[in-house]
Amino acid sequence: MKCPGATRTVLLTVLILFSAAAAASWNNPYPAADAEKNILYSAFRERPKTFDPARAYSSNEYQFIAQIYEPPFQYHYLKRPYTLVPLTATTVPVPVYLDKQGHRLPRNAPVARIAYSVYEIHIRPGIYFQPHPAFARDAAGKLLYHALGPGDLTTINAIGDFTQTGTREVTAADYVYEIKRLAHPKLHSPIQSLMNDYIVGLREYADTLKKAYDAIAGGREEGVYLDLAQYPLAGVEEVDRYTYRVKIKGKYPQFLYWMAMPFFAPMAPEADHFFSQPGMAEKNLTLDWYPVGSGAYMLTINNPNRQMVLERNPNYHEELYPAEGEPGDAPAGLLADTGKRLPFIDKVVFSLEKESIPYWNKFLQGYYDRSAVLAESFDQAIRFTGEGDTEVSDAMKQKGIQLLTSVQTSTYYLGFNMLDPLVGGYTERARKLRQAISVAIDFEEQISIFDNGRGIAAQGPLAPGIFGFREGRAGVNPYVYDWVDGKPQRKSVEYARRLLAEAGYPGGVDPATGRPLMINFETPATGPERKAQLDWMRKQLQKLDIQLVIRATDYNRFQEKMRKGDAQLYDWGWNADYPDPENFLFLLYGPNKKVGHDGENASNYDNPEFNRLFERMKNMDNTSERQAIIDQMVDIARRDAPWVWGVHPKQFILQHDWLFNTKPGQMANNTLKYTRLDPKKRAAQRAAWNRPVIWPLAVALAVFVAGAVPAVVSYRRRESGRRR
Amino acid sequence: MPFQLEFLWTDILIYLLLASTLAFAFYTARHEHLRVPWRQVARRPMAMASLVVLTVYVTVGLMDSVHYRPLLEIRNQGERVYSNEVLSLLDRMTTLLRTRVEKTYSAPFAVQAYSKETVEYPDGRHAREYPRLSYGGAHLQNPDDRATDIARRIGFATLAGLALWLLLIAGFVWWWRGRAESWSGAVQRLWRGESQVPWRAIWMTTGVLIVLVANAACLSPFYHIFGTDQVGQDVFYKSLKSIRTGLVIGTLTTLVMLPFAAVFGIMAGYFRGWVDDVIQYTYTTLSSIPGVLLIAAAILSLQVYVGNHPDSFHSATERADIRLLFLCLILGVTSWTSLCRLLRGETLKLREVDYIQAARALGSSHVSVMARHVLPNVMHIILITVVLDFSGLVLAEAVLSYVGVGVDPTMDSWGNMINSARLEMAREPVVWWSLASAFVFMFGLVLSANLFSDAVRDAFDPRLRK
Amino acid sequence: MIAYIIRRLLYAIPILIGVNLLTFALFFFVNSPDDMARVHLGGKRVTPEAIEKWKEDRGYNKPLLYNAAGDSGAKLTDTIFFKHSLRLFALEFGRSDNGRNIGYDIRQRMWPSLAIALPIFIVGILVHITFAMLLAFFRGSYLDTAGVVLCVVMMSVSALFYVIGGQYLVSMLLRLVPVSGYDVGMDAVKFLALPVLVGVVSGIGASTRLYRTLFLEEIGKDYVRTARAKGLSELRVLFRHVLKNAMIPIPTGVVVVIPLLFTGSLIMESFFGIPGLGSYTIDAINSQDFAIVRAMVFLGSVLYILGLILTDITYTLVDPRVRLS
Repeated sequence: MKCPGATRTVLLTVLILFSAAAAASWNNPYPAADAEKNILYSAFRERPKTFDPARAYSSNEYQFIAQIYEPPFQYHYLKRPYTLVPLTATTVPVPVYLDKQGHRLPRNAPVARIAYSVYEIHIRPGIYFQPHPAFARDAAGKLLYHALGPGDLTTINAIGDFTQTGTREVTAADYVYEIKRLAHPKLHSPIQSLMNDYIVGLREYADTLKKAYDAIAGGREEGVYLDLAQYPLAGVEEVDRYTYRVKIKGKYPQFLYWMAMPFFAPMAPEADHFFSQPGMAEKNLTLDWYPVGSGAYMLTINNPNRQMVLERNPNYHEELYPAEGEPGDAPAGLLADTGKRLPFIDKVVFSLEKESIPYWNKFLQGYYDRSAVLAESFDQAIRFTGEGDTEVSDAMKQKGIQLLTSVQTSTYYLGFNMLDPLVGGYTERARKLRQAISVAIDFEEQISIFDNGRGIAAQGPLAPGIFGFREGRAGVNPYVYDWVDGKPQRKSVEYARRLLAEAGYPGGVDPATGRPLMINFETPATGPERKAQLDWMRKQLQKLDIQLVIRATDYNRFQEKMRKGDAQLYDWGWNADYPDPENFLFLLYGPNKKVGHDGENASNYDNPEFNRLFERMKNMDNTSERQAIIDQMVDIARRDAPWVWGVHPKQFILQHDWLFNTKPGQMANNTLKYTRLDPKKRAAQRAAWNRPVIWPLAVALAVFVAGAVPAVVSYRRRESGRRR
Repeated sequence: MPFQLEFLWTDILIYLLLASTLAFAFYTARHEHLRVPWRQVARRPMAMASLVVLTVYVTVGLMDSVHYRPLLEIRNQGERVYSNEVLSLLDRMTTLLRTRVEKTYSAPFAVQAYSKETVEYPDGRHAREYPRLSYGGAHLQNPDDRATDIARRIGFATLAGLALWLLLIAGFVWWWRGRAESWSGAVQRLWRGESQVPWRAIWMTTGVLIVLVANAACLSPFYHIFGTDQVGQDVFYKSLKSIRTGLVIGTLTTLVMLPFAAVFGIMAGYFRGWVDDVIQYTYTTLSSIPGVLLIAAAILSLQVYVGNHPDSFHSATERADIRLLFLCLILGVTSWTSLCRLLRGETLKLREVDYIQAARALGSSHVSVMARHVLPNVMHIILITVVLDFSGLVLAEAVLSYVGVGVDPTMDSWGNMINSARLEMAREPVVWWSLASAFVFMFGLVLSANLFSDAVRDAFDPRLRK
Repeated sequence: MIAYIIRRLLYAIPILIGVNLLTFALFFFVNSPDDMARVHLGGKRVTPEAIEKWKEDRGYNKPLLYNAAGDSGAKLTDTIFFKHSLRLFALEFGRSDNGRNIGYDIRQRMWPSLAIALPIFIVGILVHITFAMLLAFFRGSYLDTAGVVLCVVMMSVSALFYVIGGQYLVSMLLRLVPVSGYDVGMDAVKFLALPVLVGVVSGIGASTRLYRTLFLEEIGKDYVRTARAKGLSELRVLFRHVLKNAMIPIPTGVVVVIPLLFTGSLIMESFFGIPGLGSYTIDAINSQDFAIVRAMVFLGSVLYILGLILTDITYTLVDPRVRLS
């Protein structure tokens, strides 16, 4: 051999590799030193757009900020149906109703007389913000980092680079400040236009702020601070240090649910001022990226390109694990930690994981603690028991993986555009056409093929778990299903064809043109993974000899078409904001139409009777009277069939057996504080599951060496031959 | 007529390409000096074997490029109603494969589904088991007979294929043998490979292909020989359909870019001065934009256009087709620059050559000098580029489809198959056949294209022809 | 030399303006400011007022290229193009549409991209040249033929197969490395090993064959024969003479890509979850963040032009016969 140096290097490397193999799992994506620490590992799919509580509105943002910002109320972790309980407030307030003149009305006053509702919220004293440089004070008690000069930020790249931190008690003024921020001209809060309709004076307040802002900014784009405390907002007032009042127009019981979202969490004016100093935004130091809250966790590392880390907030107020829940909770071990102080876990590491497959693989290797069930790996993970129930497969059981399921409070549906001359309208012809299509599209099959049974076929707009939803025979949609042997059964294709013929399209042929009916289907589903599903959709309408023209576009274009009302058939979904039927039924409320009103009623369904009932229903408390009205509304909608009632997806969560206190739920997002884990057990399992398989490496090396031998031999021979 | 012919944009271009290829071949055949390098190609066994394989691919691709709408019914006034669905000749020939759709995944040659399902028995009992497929192996009474059945069919198909092959060879030898040559002498000559054109290699490849095709034809009506995908479509059928997509991308892209590259390249080199500056500026600008971004932006804008003009496209096939065409265009835009640069360099050299100077002095116009003297002399560069680019483009399609800016997701293509196969590889038990099938078909095409293009390059590149 | 470089740099300016205009045109054909606003405001409860406000706030409510309403100077300057695109020439990338500083993100994401692209590049060249030398050395023998056939076979396999296959085999079956992810410092090695391996292997076919042709061309030349006649061993001939002279054509293909290593590889990064510039770009395309796309296109073009200049300079360095003109 001519180059002994290289050989030695190779041998040395191999040696190191082999010796390292004995020590640890090679595929551990985390530092080895963290193996036995009390850290939960999770992931995020795309970088969140913002952590500002006035702006964040999507689940991937709530995943973080719900742990950090604390609104006055929260959903009870265990109880179902979802119930609001106080979080930082002392109680869930009962609104005071006022008439136009400001006179107090009795609790049972008719809705028409109620001009205003006033919520008075008392918050608990002794709640402190997380440690943060915005609160840091020098010996004289002056805020330390609030008059930064141009040079002060040169060494600062992240919030952790500030050496001093401080804290302060949360007061009612902070809650008021945050509500005012909803109208801030630069924040574009997604609920501003909705809240304009409710919070007294908010609309005018936005105009005031805009003028004030422009005056202060004077054309500057950065480093502008608008002190909201100087501008009073009519509908929100601070009563004392721990009390504030919110005055809203009319009666709107759902307002409490909004107040359980981070939009209504306290915001310290110091933090807002701190981040609005010149030079901060250039370094990505903004409230969008560095939340300042009082919750159980605080964000310590924020690198949206790779990793985010939540750590236990040392100033977190006392909160105890709940003592009561649903009947099944105690046997499930969900009450074992009752009365213990929250949170349990020290640190939560979120890694960027864009794709589901690597996530799933790492979950199986023990590097993620929880996972959803992927369609691709469903059979690997889940087994059906004889009764149609589900449990984890034997392989998962051996690993100690547990399955938790719950039906989500959301609905995926196919909507007809009611403005369309063919499928829309309220004539018997159009109704029958829509009903025929509703029967033909076999959602049970879709659930079984594409969702592996993870969902239930919808009977109407309301999702299970929402007031007004009916189980069993009473909840079945009679226009699409028959009740057979104690089970709903989809009506036959023959029935659908008959309906179609009655509608005037025998055999799916339009008599006007003599051609088969063609229906355009708008969908935001692009990408090959959805191709199969679109093919399936086409097959469904082929049953009626109707041709489906699929127009898949990106989500933007799709929304545009919806707004213009160009669609015929489209698919969409809705996730509930809060557990109230109003949040579903408003999707069919006429004045909430997409076309012309830019509402969320994408089908542009507008039935006067339905609208009238909706207006009555929306402000009611959950009584049997409300149930009766909802039943009526649902029946009207079923008959008109503006939607093909689709699917309520079921959530399947798998978790390792070193994790405790998980209860699936859609409403609460601040659930990390309840989770507990056993790091010792996890470390042992990980080591056992991840022994690297090294022999193929050795074989490859051997083959390589064996291949080199003839080459060397032939070289030797040739050289000596040449010399001779 | 029981059908109505339908011409998609890419179809028309394919016919155009076919026509020009034939014209080019005809022209070449009439000119001895042009035939020399081709003869050299024809002597390479590897190249000719590849050509046979390519011919099969091209045949499938062409059959898939004849589109029509089938007749649905004739009304009493003699009015004809045609389906909205556009089919191709290939679809027609593979109707069995196209229509025999299972519910979901099934493995190659399977008679049972790949995953368990809850089955309800007449007595009300539920069981979780692997149900029989509705078409794959449905002719078998007993699933255990599968192995013998398959072996029997393979045996039959192979024998039939061999017989056909021998028959063809016999016909060939009859035509080929010299006047005074005995039959056995000719066969021996063929067997030993004693001929200028490597007939032995050609016939061996043909034999293998005939046997394979015979097996596929014999087995695919009864089994899903490459399994089925998530919605139960036959993967073999999808792979066949993908051939056209691959070929279109590989050929039309170059066809589209050729005029630009040739005209601009020659003009830049010929005129020099400001023309050269402008053209150089254009191609440097274009080539300095990262290609994927350019393609992504272009494909997105096409989607916007299609989204805003839904009425111009009647069927999904048409929309997918326009996207394919557009992809070819934009790939052409990103790839014409290198050819343009080559041609410019070559023309710069050529314009100093005596006979071109002479032609100019004799008063020929610029256009005629470029067309009659320069172009023929750079033809070999164009030809080499076209042939060499082909396989690269087929591979590029897969990558682009993966990134999400390739062909329409509803179109069958290897890129789309690979893309969905990624998810399937993570299943347990693993679904490997889509990936394997895409791999085999793509590999066959690209490998033979690579081998063939090597031969063409060696024959035409004057640098190596010493 | 310096005058030449300056001239080349000046020549780059009109090209960059062209690139800028082209991206701008393409992107705004796809993406109206309304679309961008809607993407950034999210899917729920978006009202037209909110969209108008967003556009105003980000400066997208102006005309695209020409503002007829403005004063004489403002006709051109008070436009989206002027406000958003021309600042790039000062390497001021501004802020992305979701408010983050793009320059900061690029500086952060550059390193992971480099960490994967550079090893692939260097190891790749070394391995490919070694293989090519081997083949050239054994030219004409069964090893050479087998090697060339293998190269063609490897070339004919789509890069996606290498990635999918490599990930399946090494991470899932053998559990040798983490499936995906990234870390800083020495911990990065375990994440980078597989992508680098896959990157190098997938390039073997095409590069080895290319280099082999170059070497064979050199070997056929007279001076090599002379050297061999002098009794130099074959290895020495290869290294001393052939490799040295082949170093002239190799840089043409190689140097031009060096600056582009910064922008990363789209496929590798998205497959292996590496937070580099490649995945940054893909994300930006998917979320229709024009500011980022534009910055990346600009950066890519600048680096490409830099690569061209570097190529020319390398030429003069390795081959003094070439004079810059």
